[in-house]
Amino acid sequence: MSAPAMGTSKTAPNDGSHKKKKGPGTLATAYLVIYNVVMTAGWLVIAVGLVRAYLTRGSYHGLYYSIEKPLKFFQTGALLEILHCAVGIVPSSVVLTGFQVLSRVFLTWAVTHSVREVQSEDSVLLFVVAWTITEIIRYSFYTFSLLNHLPYLIKWARYTFFIVLYPMGVTGELLTIYAALPYVQKTGLYSVTLPNKYNFSFDYYTFLILTMVSYIPLFPQLYFHMLRQRKKVLGHMEEYTKVE
Amino acid sequence: LKHYNDETAVVFFEVEILDAKTKDKLCFLDKVRPALHSGTFYPQWYPARQSIRLDPKGKSLKDEDVLQHLPVGTTATFYFRDLGAQISWVTVFLTEYAGPLLIYLMFYFRVPFIYAPKYDFTTSKHWVVHLACMCHSFHYVKRLLETLFVHRFSHGTMPLRNIFKNCTYYWGFAAWMAYYINHPLYTPPIYGEQQVKMALIIFLFCQIGNFSIHIALRNLRPPGSKTRKIPYPTKNPFTWIFLLVSCPNYTYELGSWLGFTLMTQCLPVAFFTLVGFIQMTVWAKGKHRSYLKEFRDYPPLRSPILPFIL
Repeated sequence: MSAPAMGTSKTAPNDGSHKKKKGPGTLATAYLVIYNVVMTAGWLVIAVGLVRAYLTRGSYHGLYYSIEKPLKFFQTGALLEILHCAVGIVPSSVVLTGFQVLSRVFLTWAVTHSVREVQSEDSVLLFVVAWTITEIIRYSFYTFSLLNHLPYLIKWARYTFFIVLYPMGVTGELLTIYAALPYVQKTGLYSVTLPNKYNFSFDYYTFLILTMVSYIPLFPQLYFHMLRQRKKVLGHMEEYTKVE
Repeated sequence: LKHYNDETAVVFFEVEILDAKTKDKLCFLDKVRPALHSGTFYPQWYPARQSIRLDPKGKSLKDEDVLQHLPVGTTATFYFRDLGAQISWVTVFLTEYAGPLLIYLMFYFRVPFIYAPKYDFTTSKHWVVHLACMCHSFHYVKRLLETLFVHRFSHGTMPLRNIFKNCTYYWGFAAWMAYYINHPLYTPPIYGEQQVKMALIIFLFCQIGNFSIHIALRNLRPPGSKTRKIPYPTKNPFTWIFLLVSCPNYTYELGSWLGFTLMTQCLPVAFFTLVGFIQMTVWAKGKHRSYLKEFRDYPPLRSPILPFIL
């Protein structure tokens, strides 16, 4: 459910709501524009990297290695977005944003990076592609919104692509976690057993299974929330011209 | 609109009630006596669910507010909000505290299906585990008795969904802590008897302190009333902390759980203490702020929960 992290941020000025948007100051806006431009560029780099690697190798396998470093860098960089909400320059919920970013970071580091054996799985490519397309659209959406010049195409893409990308990403994520399970169980990765002086235990294997189970209630909720957002935002098509 | 009866000139009010969200007119009352309490208006929902306010986004009026004394003209407009299903505070407290008491004991007595079958109904060989069970049980029995006999609640009720949220929190953490403390592979504190004795002193000190504060707060308020006064230190030394802190009940509560953490040397207990501390700090800051707003002469030296720090 971390695949497309859309639909919760309210930076879009054309939400269909009639509230006066307070918005960040000029300095904050400049910073946010730079941030979103850099992130758009970063994910474009990843996209290009994937395409080039595919053309060079001629197969889908092992493409993860060709974009491993920029993926880690730019996905981890998204942690800043939690800060943006906390400080107030972005009008989204800290909890919601935190949850989405942390689940992405969790998949990047605690699953894909940590369990070497899953890195060559095709499921990794599935969620990496979903994330890449989603993030390119999302960050360019924010950039244009901040500049008060949002092309309808970008808005449409943001609220439409998720229909396919979200389930695609979720499938990739679940399959990857599933693939990691036997290795985690065998090596006891990130697990703590009794007895120990802190009287604490943690079974990462069980934790991963619970994570997978949590997708069942969470994914439909987020998906339908975004479908509702789509109706709200794109539903007023007749009222808006093509370029804001 | 003024009507006069025969003996004295009584000014009657007109009252209209609008829905706070839709602004639909819900009902209109004329010839309303000025002494009408705002808590008796709308018959369809029981009173505890009704929120009547002067401004759609404002605070609810209290049950005791009298029409005559509100800042309204002779035609008063009120806004109504349905607060949803309600449950009494006493019910919530009793349920959320009875759970941990019973759950911990289930782990202590090693009821089947928790640990490996060979441990069923055995007891721990470590004396600190027995002590911990006594302290934990004492703590929740104290809370139950205070709920029944000591606390004077400002609000009668809270939203029904709170009971599920609160019970999950208390019962969940109780089970998590109890699992490790009563586990066959439990490791007693590193510094042994010294550590446990120190921890017990801290725990008992803070339990007495917490109780003293509850009694002091109860005595501020005459029975059946909902008045608010500034709490001050009394003859009881445990209340002298009021000089430095607005909500010493939370301070002592934190202290009790720090004691329990030290006693059991158990990381889940430390987590529980931390989460509780965060929540109590939020509450203490809110309470401190409302004290400052309500009382001009509020003592400036006081901090919400930790002297000088927080």
